[in-house]
Amino acid sequence: MMIAGFAVVLTACNNIGKGSSNGALTSNAAERVYVAPGEHDEFYAFISGGFSGQLSVYGLPSGRLFKVIPVFSQDAEKAWGYNEETKPMLNTSHGFIPWDDAHHPDISQTNGELDGRYVFINGNNTPRIAKVDLSVFETTEIIEIPNSAGNHSSAFVTENTEYVVAGTRFSVPVPQQDIAIKDYKGNFKGALTFINVDPEDGNMDIKFQLLMPGFDYDLSHPGRGKSHGWFFFTTYNTEEANSLLEVNASQNDKDFIAAVNWKKIEEYVNGGGGTRMPANYAHNVYDDATHSATSTMKKEVLVVDPAEVPGAVYFLPTPKSPHGCDVDPSGEYIVGNGKLSADLTVHSFSKMLSAIEGKKFDGEAYGIPILNFEDVLAGTVKSGGLGPLHTEFDANGNGYTSFFISSEVVKWKLGTWEVVDKKPCYYSVGHVMIPGGNSRKPFGKYVLAMNKITKDRYLPTGPEVTQSAQLYDISGEKMELLLDFPTIGEPHYAAGIAADIVKEHSKKIFELSENKHKYATTSDANVKVERNGKEVHVYMTTIRSHFNPDNIEGIKVGDKVYFHVTNLEQDYDVPHGVSMIGANTSELLIMPGQTETFVWEPKQVGVWPFYCTDFCSALHQEMQGYVRVSPADSNIDLSWSLGD
Amino acid sequence: MVIGALLPLMLFLFPLWNITLEAPQYPIPLGMDIYINDFADTNPHDIKNINLMNHYVGMKYIPDAIPEFKIFPIGIIITTLIGLIIGIKANYKWFLYWFIMMVLVSAAGLYDFYLWEHDYGHNLDPRAIMKFTNPDGSVMGFQPPLFGSKAILNFKAHSYPQPGAYCLALGMALGLISYFVGKKENNTEKSKTSE
Repeated sequence: MMIAGFAVVLTACNNIGKGSSNGALTSNAAERVYVAPGEHDEFYAFISGGFSGQLSVYGLPSGRLFKVIPVFSQDAEKAWGYNEETKPMLNTSHGFIPWDDAHHPDISQTNGELDGRYVFINGNNTPRIAKVDLSVFETTEIIEIPNSAGNHSSAFVTENTEYVVAGTRFSVPVPQQDIAIKDYKGNFKGALTFINVDPEDGNMDIKFQLLMPGFDYDLSHPGRGKSHGWFFFTTYNTEEANSLLEVNASQNDKDFIAAVNWKKIEEYVNGGGGTRMPANYAHNVYDDATHSATSTMKKEVLVVDPAEVPGAVYFLPTPKSPHGCDVDPSGEYIVGNGKLSADLTVHSFSKMLSAIEGKKFDGEAYGIPILNFEDVLAGTVKSGGLGPLHTEFDANGNGYTSFFISSEVVKWKLGTWEVVDKKPCYYSVGHVMIPGGNSRKPFGKYVLAMNKITKDRYLPTGPEVTQSAQLYDISGEKMELLLDFPTIGEPHYAAGIAADIVKEHSKKIFELSENKHKYATTSDANVKVERNGKEVHVYMTTIRSHFNPDNIEGIKVGDKVYFHVTNLEQDYDVPHGVSMIGANTSELLIMPGQTETFVWEPKQVGVWPFYCTDFCSALHQEMQGYVRVSPADSNIDLSWSLGD
Repeated sequence: MVIGALLPLMLFLFPLWNITLEAPQYPIPLGMDIYINDFADTNPHDIKNINLMNHYVGMKYIPDAIPEFKIFPIGIIITTLIGLIIGIKANYKWFLYWFIMMVLVSAAGLYDFYLWEHDYGHNLDPRAIMKFTNPDGSVMGFQPPLFGSKAILNFKAHSYPQPGAYCLALGMALGLISYFVGKKENNTEKSKTSE
């Protein structure tokens, strides 16, 4: 106890001695993250929600939360997955799934630079890739990935957004079949899926799946610049264990980084190569004109066996179950973050090409050539930290690596591999993110550390405490911790971009004149209530500060009543909400010019109110109405009205 | 004189007047451009949003069209034609008559605009959601200023002429200048002939 106390005193003195620049927190940190009222942040940060299934939008450097974009999980606030329009977005081959585990957002690129059109993000559990359109900050497309399980080495885009790539974590029988689990070895396959992104409308379509040996494919990144046309995947469990992986998958000294020449495979499939395999996966598209989603089941996928395309795939031996697989802005260096070691392994793309040319192979695995470790190695970063996970890059030739076990960010120099600086994280950092840090042109300035554990960092909130991110200034030689801020769910990874690239394109309203919703009511003249057997459709409008109609009679117990509500407003930031007593669903939150639908199944006779759920105007409290519900056998005709 | 007579035609291209409403909730203010034949949004949907604001105090909707939109263009075309005929054919003295006519026509237009504004700002729905009274107990009106800026409840209203009006004014000024130039030339000629 005495010794411990003494040590603390010593450490404290030491810190004072080093001066403020080396301290954990810079003295003017508050000023540097302060964004004055009414001012805008310099960067958007799109931070994954992990097990919340969503994507949150923060400003940097302030750490202010602007929006949680619902992606894979139902969100009652925005009626995502609750209203009739968005339910199809959560459809899969397993039926409606109200949740997923959202991990790795990545922003679309043009010529290797972030273009700010879309954010792609993976659903890990029931493999899916979602596309968020940054003109509306809404999820507009979700595609399910067949033959995949634990969609983790995803969703990363190539440098012209030719592809968004989704790699499987678990290998599984392909196609699925009823076999003994112990027959894993040699029988299970790992699918790496290349999803084509239409350059015009951004529509996603699976171009091909590469059926790789039955390893776990952990993370991936595209080549860029000189290595454009290649994609790199880290692997672990090259032991192909199917039980107690924490031991059995940690036996090989080296696993692999798989280097995939996707351009070569693209040529092969464009020339008719590959096998069309029966499949069943959902493709869900939300249309901003109809304000509605459709879900289509696709029945076929093109698969490619790497053995069919010689020279398309190579293995780069990489020590200690590498986790993150990161490519520097020049495209020359491929970093394997060996999570069970202290070191980072950096491979050289040009050395890899010469090794391939010289056929310097060190055996093969399932027909895929293994390159000689020494022949492809560019260098090793010996940090003294433990458990490297992920690396991002600034624009000045530095890498920033998160170390989970030693809980720190380490800055090091590309080329010399020397460690420049280390700063602690509170606690157990997972990913780090530098705005643009996975492109040819990083914006630099900040690194954001996303931590797995916070313990005592915030006011306690019972056993479950907040997750958090930490912002460091990286504009100087040494990193400086500026800010802690809480995050939504578990922040696995984030993508950051200069706000100027995105904000000018952010839509203010939906044009009512362009509303193509099947049940849109774009003028009060078209307001009506229609009965079709037990189904009743209410064509309702809303504008400050009333619903039209606001009195409806002739509804009967046992009816299924669809409220199709169109917001006639055409003013920025004037949404209206609506909900009905006893509706077994969420409210609607309808943006100007938009139509949304909720279903109400009245079970009791009476007069039941509905009201606007968003404080829309001075007369918001007056924005209410009644529906009269009569017995099932009543002969009261439908009628509706507004005013007298 | 010919240029002076043609300039008012710019009213078909540029707005005559603009009314802008500022409020804290409208970082981009609401605005209406008044053309001789149309009311137009300064930014998309502004008039709809002005109407929505105004319905709370019982003001009528700004109409899509008013009779003036037919009368004014005809007036401008006729006065332009007259101006052109005068400019080409007539004696400089007619330039002054044209100018006086234009002053009268413009004044009539402004007076008409004032009457409409007054009606718009004072002829309120007796069932208005919000009723405001002046300190003397009379019903508060919401007439925007004819010219200048004025605070109306939470809004600040600005009412100013636009390029169309400037063209009209410039055209009229050119007419007047032509008159004086013509007069001077005439005097010079007279003095020449008298010599």
